[in-house]
Amino acid sequence: MSEIKAIAVGMNSCGIAAGARETYAAIKAELEKRGLDVKLKIVGCVGMCYREPLMDIITDEEIITYGHVDPKKVPRIIEEHVINGKPVEGWIVKRDWWENGERKTWDVDGYFAKQRKIVLENSGYIDPENIDEYIAVGGYEALKKALKMKPEEIIDVIMKSGLRGRGGAGFPTGLKWKFAREAKGDVKYIVCNADEGDPGAFMDRNVLEGDPHRVIEGMIIGAYAIGATKGFIYVRAEYPLAIRRLKIALKQARERGFLGENILGSGFSFDIVIKEGAGAFVCGEETALIASIEGKRGMPRPRPPYPAQKGLWGKPTNINNVETWANVPWIIKHGPEAYASIGTEKSKGTKVFALSGKIKHGGNVEVPMGMTLREILYEIGGGTKTGKKIKAVQLGGPSGGCIPEHLFDTPVDYESVNATGAIMGSGGMVVMDEDTCMVDVAKFFLDFTVKESCGKCTFCRLGTKRMWEILDKFTRGEATEEDLEKLERLAYQVKAGSLCGLGQTAPNPVLTTIRYFRDEYLAHIQGKCPAKVCKPLIKYVIIADRCTGCTACAIFCPVKAIEGEKLKPHVINQEECIKCGTCYEVCRFNAIEIVDAGGE
Amino acid sequence: MKDKLDYLSAYPPEPSSLIPLLQRTQERFGYLPREALEEIANYLGIPLSRVYGVATFYAQFRFEPLGKYVVKICHGTACHVNGAVNISQAITEELGIEEGGTTEDGLVTLERVACLGCCSLAPVIMINDKVFGKLTPDKVRKLMRKLREGKLDV
Repeated sequence: MSEIKAIAVGMNSCGIAAGARETYAAIKAELEKRGLDVKLKIVGCVGMCYREPLMDIITDEEIITYGHVDPKKVPRIIEEHVINGKPVEGWIVKRDWWENGERKTWDVDGYFAKQRKIVLENSGYIDPENIDEYIAVGGYEALKKALKMKPEEIIDVIMKSGLRGRGGAGFPTGLKWKFAREAKGDVKYIVCNADEGDPGAFMDRNVLEGDPHRVIEGMIIGAYAIGATKGFIYVRAEYPLAIRRLKIALKQARERGFLGENILGSGFSFDIVIKEGAGAFVCGEETALIASIEGKRGMPRPRPPYPAQKGLWGKPTNINNVETWANVPWIIKHGPEAYASIGTEKSKGTKVFALSGKIKHGGNVEVPMGMTLREILYEIGGGTKTGKKIKAVQLGGPSGGCIPEHLFDTPVDYESVNATGAIMGSGGMVVMDEDTCMVDVAKFFLDFTVKESCGKCTFCRLGTKRMWEILDKFTRGEATEEDLEKLERLAYQVKAGSLCGLGQTAPNPVLTTIRYFRDEYLAHIQGKCPAKVCKPLIKYVIIADRCTGCTACAIFCPVKAIEGEKLKPHVINQEECIKCGTCYEVCRFNAIEIVDAGGE
Repeated sequence: MKDKLDYLSAYPPEPSSLIPLLQRTQERFGYLPREALEEIANYLGIPLSRVYGVATFYAQFRFEPLGKYVVKICHGTACHVNGAVNISQAITEELGIEEGGTTEDGLVTLERVACLGCCSLAPVIMINDKVFGKLTPDKVRKLMRKLREGKLDV
């Protein structure tokens, strides 16, 4: 076996939440204890969030990755693999090796087999806090190449590649750049929109934490093409680690002459400032984002004028999302044809998705455009963790919609996804099984938009609130068929009567669930929640035959609503019960069932 | 108050400094005291009403002191479909406060957040900077009791 070059631990937010810091500390202590001189470093997230904490053993030939490495597993891995050279086979979750300079990956779940990595090619493989590691894998080569090209040539390359905005709307990036390039103005700005606020989306965070230089390089190339002298990264304050790593990366890029005055001797000067968002979802909308950077309330304004003509402080401004910028260096390096050869006719390249919800393999995946939802959810995602059937997948967060199982052969490209009534969105993919109530999900998303509406347009401010109230009636079993009609009518009015994307798309989760799961709405009118989620419509009961009288439920019940003698069947006092579900969860004999509140 | 805002001059006195200044001020005090808002308005040469308007627009800013521990309950989609409502119910009952509130003894502030981005660990909560994942109502009740007794290392 060849010499071990380094040991790495995946230390993005997801890894740290799963305990990667403790794992890192345990490895460090173990190496010191045994007097081993092996380099220990951090890497970003490779996307396998569901197997974190991850530990890599890196040699010149291969990378062996162990999954679920808690501190207890560390001594054995160090002993057997690092010292004796025998990998702990049963704990290996992934292997990487190189053939003709190309990285190949095998993994125990088949998670990576169908993925195609462009944006995430370095995530989980390099130390995001070390610019040398980015440079070693070809980083900033695209910038050097671009600085030798004419700005118009670069725009032409991006247009030919077919890259479309990854923030959700899918506007052609090259065209957007062209408008900004051609706009008249003494000063121009570019912005990276990293205000990833959709619940269920964590793609951009992973890119920023795992490979920040890639985004910075894309921005410098874009600034050169457009003729911008200053750039802003507008990033959520809720992403402290991404902000920290971006700050480190910007400092390193300046030190190496990639940013600042006279970049690499080209005569082109450009620098980037980080602006922390302050927690307003609407600031993902470009005119609201501009207002926020200017120090105002983040409220959208009518377009035109578009930011390309009048953006920040009235100057031409080009705004792209994190993933869009992250594609740019690859396109410049490999050429537009290589990029356009991936994907479908109208949607080129790859898309990163964040898989979560009831999915078995939750994490970040990158797939060629045009892959079907079924392939992503079953072959990569592994189906549900409960083994139950997937009922629907939610795409596009609060602006998107729920796509039902019978449409899972839909290819993921902008047009096909839009045709279902959902939107591609930024890439959140939340999986729902038969235990998910679609009316409850619609109410959940509307609750979000009600809180996040900036208040400018009446239909968005009040209409979403009224829609929420109708949905609330459904979840309490008090709605009528007339309410369903009213809900639909109001949904179209909110869409028509709102200025920005937030209001125009806010009714999508409601409309798609009505379209595909109308039977669930009708069941709620009958006072039943088929998924047994809506609390006023359910009750918990103990099945006497299965109850052993172990008393666990009675002990754990927070309101002491369960009575019964030891070793005899217990009973839940429905008057007292708050339906918290604790008994259901602590019962080891499957004796607690959730039934319709009206039933026996 | 003015001497406590010694960082003011590090920011250019223009309206675009407003949000960064509010963030810095909240970092210093844990919330935005009215006197600090007045100082910021003076420094930037904009009306106090404008400062207040911006501060109340963004969810990050608060106008009352925080508890010693901040418990953030994630209500992201992944957490929601994995039972965040039950988690939230268990915590509010155990602490006797609603989301957004602070216990009378100033020990715990309860916050509702849209997504902590740890979706593969859903449902999750965050206590100060530490994430607790794959929770059940019973597990969070125990966590809250430990927190109250000062036996939780966060």
